[in-house]
Amino acid sequence: MAQQNKKTLAFNGDEAVAFAVKQCNVDVVAAYPITPQTIIVERFSEYVANGEVQTQFVCTESEHSAITASLSASTTGARTFTASASAGLALMHEMLFVTSGSRAPVVMAIANRALSAPLNIHGDHSDSMAQRDSGWIQLYVENAQEAYDSIIQAYKIAESCDVSLPIMVGLDGFTLSHSLENVDILSDEAVTDFIGERQLPQVLTHEGKSVPFKLDPKNPMTMGPVAFQNYYFEFKRQQEEGMKNALKRIQEVNSEFAKISGRCYGNGLIDKYKLEDAEVIVVCAGSTSGTLKVIVDELRACGVKAGLLRLRTFRPLPVEDLKNALKNAKAVAVMDKSMSFGGFGGAIFHEVRHSLYDSPVHPPVINYIYGLGGRDYSPSELRIVFDDLAEIAKTGDTGKQVRYLGLRE
Amino acid sequence: MSSKDKTWKEISIAGVCPKSSESFKTGDWKTYMPILDTEKCIVCLTCVMLCPDGAINWIPDTNKISFDYTFCKGCGICANECPAKALTMKIDNTEG
Repeated sequence: MAQQNKKTLAFNGDEAVAFAVKQCNVDVVAAYPITPQTIIVERFSEYVANGEVQTQFVCTESEHSAITASLSASTTGARTFTASASAGLALMHEMLFVTSGSRAPVVMAIANRALSAPLNIHGDHSDSMAQRDSGWIQLYVENAQEAYDSIIQAYKIAESCDVSLPIMVGLDGFTLSHSLENVDILSDEAVTDFIGERQLPQVLTHEGKSVPFKLDPKNPMTMGPVAFQNYYFEFKRQQEEGMKNALKRIQEVNSEFAKISGRCYGNGLIDKYKLEDAEVIVVCAGSTSGTLKVIVDELRACGVKAGLLRLRTFRPLPVEDLKNALKNAKAVAVMDKSMSFGGFGGAIFHEVRHSLYDSPVHPPVINYIYGLGGRDYSPSELRIVFDDLAEIAKTGDTGKQVRYLGLRE
Repeated sequence: MSSKDKTWKEISIAGVCPKSSESFKTGDWKTYMPILDTEKCIVCLTCVMLCPDGAINWIPDTNKISFDYTFCKGCGICANECPAKALTMKIDNTEG
């Protein structure tokens, strides 16, 4: 382990992301600032201005252009990065599908923020959850340290030839993006060695040549011009295979990263906290898990068999891991920081509950919508969730399946 | 779908084109086709340069312009830009 050169810096989540991108010394960054992601772009443009990176920095006129420039650069074989949030990510919507469909391993940080209207700049997961089906890998981090680590890991995951998909790393707006933390950093060399050179899958061109998948005058090729009824479906099925392969790759990268840093996040897909014998389990994504771990500890001290499952990887969904981790629970609560209007609870609730359906014995699963628009959730409020679960475990009565936490009724 | 269409495991990723653009005959897209009045044509080659499909050629031996209607989509850029007004767009009555 390269811990002799351990160095700790004070970063907020955004700065941690910008520093990771600097160490990755990516070829192209095309971005447009938006709260609460702005610091990422600001810090990184300072690195460019100071000559600390060799990156081509493209100041675009909108997020639609930022993602398009990132995609275009990526198709030439360049390592690319962009970042956004909220309305910016929403404006990228169209091109997110083009990026994943073009199998361009763009890495994007999302400082998760609410969507208008009414206007709100604070943290929730409405922005990235709305992009669930855009074909991007989605990781949600717990703290600034994980934001830093995950950006570095993201290149190794996205650029694997059998994955070749874009990836977004979500960090909670303000809670993580603007809060100062101690972040242990790796040396530049360790990061360079870890991510290596960008890998390119082989493709067959119209000339019948097997060449690396990139736009190169030496090996002309046309990427994704048109595919109608006879081939479009096949290309979408290929993308799904990339996602399936990512399940394995995320775990491998998580283990490889642990070897150089001493840090890992569960198996990379889910992070289990005191789940072995847990009877009441809360499932959540993002920074709330930090608070929930404290509550789990307090409850354990009182003899309550409480546990936390942090969903780190939302896409691809780790179905088997969820099944195995939750099968012995007596009651499960899923926390959603976004709404799926008119649906049956939030996005994570749908997925978790759906994953358990085929298990012969599965626990009752309830949903809490919470923290919308940056609404604070205190430890005492989160403790209500465990109290409710204990009641369900005792009585077997699930009661309301979709609930709101911290809402004035 | 034809039985010779390949499976998702056999094709290159991301829609990388397995065939040259020459094998995609786009001529049947057109509604209007450009018709050249050779009397008016000054062989300035504006149409040759502006054709987005490379469907207009200059024949050096005869110093004349020739149209490849197999690829011409009938966009009309040539007729619109012709400085000698030698091109007119007419309904394409050819089959296919």
